[in-house]
Amino acid sequence: MSTLEVSPAEPLSGNSRHSITNDFSIQVATANGSGSQTANTVLMRSIFQMGIPVSGKNMFPSNISGLPTWFTIRASKKGYIGRRKEIDILVAMNPETAREDVMKLGSGAAVVYDEPLKLNELRGDLHFYPVPFDKLVAAVCPEAKLRKLVKNMLYDGVLAKLLSIEMDEVRQALVKQFGQKKAKAAELNWNAAQAGYEFAEKNLLKTDPYRVERMNATAGKIIIDGNSACALGAMFAGVTVVAWYPITPSSTLVESLAVYLKRFRMDPETGKATYAVVQAEDELASIGMALGAGWAGARSMTATSGPGISLMSEFIGLGYYAEAPAVIYNVERVGPATGLPTRTQQGDLLTTAILSHGDTQHPMYFPCSPEECFTMSSEAFDLAERFQTPVFVMTDLDLGMNNWMADPFPYPEKPIDRGKVLTAEDIERLGGFARYRDVDGDGVGYRTLPGTRHPSAAYFTRGSGHNDKAQYSEREDDYINNLDRLSHKFDVMRSHVAAPEIHLREKAEIGFIAIGTSDYAVRESCDQLETEHGIPASYFRVRAYPFNDQLKDFIRRHSRVYVVDQNRDAQLLSLMRLELDAELIAKLRSVRYYGGLPLDARTVTDEVVKQEGK
Amino acid sequence: MSAAPTPKVNRLGLEVLNYKGSKTTLCAGCGHNSISERIVECFYEMGVDPMMVAKFSGIGCSSKSPAYFLGLSHGFNGVHGRMPAIATGALLANRNLIGLGVTGDGDTASIGIGQFMHLVRRNMPMIYVIEDNGVYGLTKGQFSATADMGSTAKSGAANALPPFDCCALALRWGATLVARSFSGDKKQLQTVLKTAIAHKGLAVIDVISPCVTFNDHAGSTKSYSYIKDHEEPLHELDFVPFFEDISVEIGEGEIRDVRMHDGSSLRIRKIDREYDPTDRGKAMSALEQAERDGEVLTGVLYVNTSQPTFIEQLEMMDEPLATLPESKVRPSRAALEDAMEELR
Repeated sequence: MSTLEVSPAEPLSGNSRHSITNDFSIQVATANGSGSQTANTVLMRSIFQMGIPVSGKNMFPSNISGLPTWFTIRASKKGYIGRRKEIDILVAMNPETAREDVMKLGSGAAVVYDEPLKLNELRGDLHFYPVPFDKLVAAVCPEAKLRKLVKNMLYDGVLAKLLSIEMDEVRQALVKQFGQKKAKAAELNWNAAQAGYEFAEKNLLKTDPYRVERMNATAGKIIIDGNSACALGAMFAGVTVVAWYPITPSSTLVESLAVYLKRFRMDPETGKATYAVVQAEDELASIGMALGAGWAGARSMTATSGPGISLMSEFIGLGYYAEAPAVIYNVERVGPATGLPTRTQQGDLLTTAILSHGDTQHPMYFPCSPEECFTMSSEAFDLAERFQTPVFVMTDLDLGMNNWMADPFPYPEKPIDRGKVLTAEDIERLGGFARYRDVDGDGVGYRTLPGTRHPSAAYFTRGSGHNDKAQYSEREDDYINNLDRLSHKFDVMRSHVAAPEIHLREKAEIGFIAIGTSDYAVRESCDQLETEHGIPASYFRVRAYPFNDQLKDFIRRHSRVYVVDQNRDAQLLSLMRLELDAELIAKLRSVRYYGGLPLDARTVTDEVVKQEGK
Repeated sequence: MSAAPTPKVNRLGLEVLNYKGSKTTLCAGCGHNSISERIVECFYEMGVDPMMVAKFSGIGCSSKSPAYFLGLSHGFNGVHGRMPAIATGALLANRNLIGLGVTGDGDTASIGIGQFMHLVRRNMPMIYVIEDNGVYGLTKGQFSATADMGSTAKSGAANALPPFDCCALALRWGATLVARSFSGDKKQLQTVLKTAIAHKGLAVIDVISPCVTFNDHAGSTKSYSYIKDHEEPLHELDFVPFFEDISVEIGEGEIRDVRMHDGSSLRIRKIDREYDPTDRGKAMSALEQAERDGEVLTGVLYVNTSQPTFIEQLEMMDEPLATLPESKVRPSRAALEDAMEELR
């Protein structure tokens, strides 16, 4: 810490001359396992309840207790809910990181800190608010062992006073957090919040410009993490068999699903489950179970992250070649190897697109929001059964584990599509079938499910060479026919997967292409480029792979197209290179970020401005 | 001219032909072919509906064999060592299926031992036949993990590591029917297979099935002649299916009947030792003693007819999950509204 230099900015004094309303970010620095999640969620929710667009991002260690954690809340009247690089208000609760956290702040930021840390001695250009947390918590929490957990709620109270957050909303958020069953805990925390508020009222003189003012931009909206949204999506898609193995950041997807299933998917007549959830022994088993179940007719799924995806590689090839459906949620984290298990990245794109040995291709969905986690789940399950193949839903830690403000989810209106499955009656009528014959020209054969009571229903599924009757074959023509049909099938999917979202700006010479959570940074960057630099930029959000043909049109109509990648190797751009013509490839530029934090707009804007030579 | 003879049929009215598969491509004399024949006979004689059977296998000679029996049944030949996962998924999707897994010693005891152990631990209701020859045939003669210490390869090299005893593993960790048999012992293998068909939980059957090409030489402990010399049947077995109402007098102390889930009886006649196949601890000791004595114990090592299966534990609907209608698997609009309301 001694190497840090004190910023030589002007000292601050007196009341702020201007105020900045509903446009700031708060960073709370704590140690993990200290119960700060409750205080942070309540803080975020209070601002949300006051009608202000808000987002919360948890940057946490791969550890159970004691290591540094940062939680960032961004309030944005304009509705920007991506990460913001600049921190306006720091709550420094962790002595281990406090000095460095303070030194990183931009001039004019506010710091609420634990008084004994004496952070005010570090810099003269910040607004410092010392709070004697230990003293205050002792007064409201007689039980010493609970103090560590309750202490954090004090800063909610302090911030409520400093930022003009209404205490009624804090109270309501607390009740929401604890529910009716934990009324005692809610009360204890409420007392702490009040104590923080009263302390600030009596002892702190507000000098920073940041404040909250009631708006009406969150009415009807919900707060949910992407994993829970995927869980709801899978449940409403009619999932019946779920096999999984715990891995950060995907574990909460299935945990949330199990809770929802138990609540909403017990058959009312018999009281029995309309689903099976199995915690498998590893990812090899979880994908094997999902494929076995899909083969036998279930809507099956698994959820995993990078290392699990690598392990599933062999089975995914079998699913592709033997044509068994399953949905795989890949909640991406930072690789390679164990990597940074609690940081976010879009680093599995290339791996997933061609997962497994031999020629393979897999469809992927790229939801960018909880709403899309929900709606694309139904699409993914339908696609898996319609095209009889493993389908990936690619989210990431940022989307999966952080809480997002979202519109309530639309009820799926489209009936569930079970694809081409022949019943005993169908077979009787047809007089038989050839499992892998392309009858309809879409590359998809008809299948039967085991247990179909017709002497011509059975076929033998294998990962070895087969002809269109599913018989073992090592013949050159059988092999080539099969591979070509699979390739054609993949091509047909282009018009079945989710269409892109296209935002064209007038006179835009440049365009963006991005997927998933890059959306927030890119949309904000489009505004920054236009207002700050006079550069209008169009935006093409890819929502699924294989790419839709509109991609080419978009690249054609712009001079330079920036492909945004949250990985080192420009994987999205590389995937495009595989199928685009040279003249289009020549227009592509790369904007990459791979540090493990959610992508922020400023990083994107700065890079584009640099490359544009402005 | 006399009328064509009426073909012999089973209780479902099906002929034995309906239980056959395509022509085997395994070596002439391969033990696996005998096992395929026993499967055909037993499923026919037990009157199992072949259209309700799902066959599963991994990779290897053994795993090819499901193509050679039960041609009216769906089959899934998966990846090496991971048949248990495929089978588990399929049987969860449709609990009415009769699961029949066929695997080898490489598939089960080496690459797939993890999945095997977890299948055992779950007591997943299915028949799991290990065609055990102690050798990798398709890759031309390497030792597998069930090869006995000191057993020699065709090249003369002796195996230096101790074997996994798949029966001991299955016994210890939760399979509810554990048997060992020999592909050359037609009657015993039939009885064991029929018992497995009648059993409601996981039936693990380790069948010593000599590889005539790579492991049938002098010095091998998995050759026909070695097994014939060292096989030690625990008891004499007979099987009385539930649909054959034969009342047999039971001699005091000589014969023991084990009532199976479907009402059939496994009839056990004592040969020269006291053996109680419902006592897991004794079964373990017997296996250890046999290992010390260089004997290959065959017969039903253990049977437990009361332990709940994995599917019972999950409390799923009686109907197959795979074919539940949309009304059962997509919750109502009101349910979504409830879920949304509490997130506001």
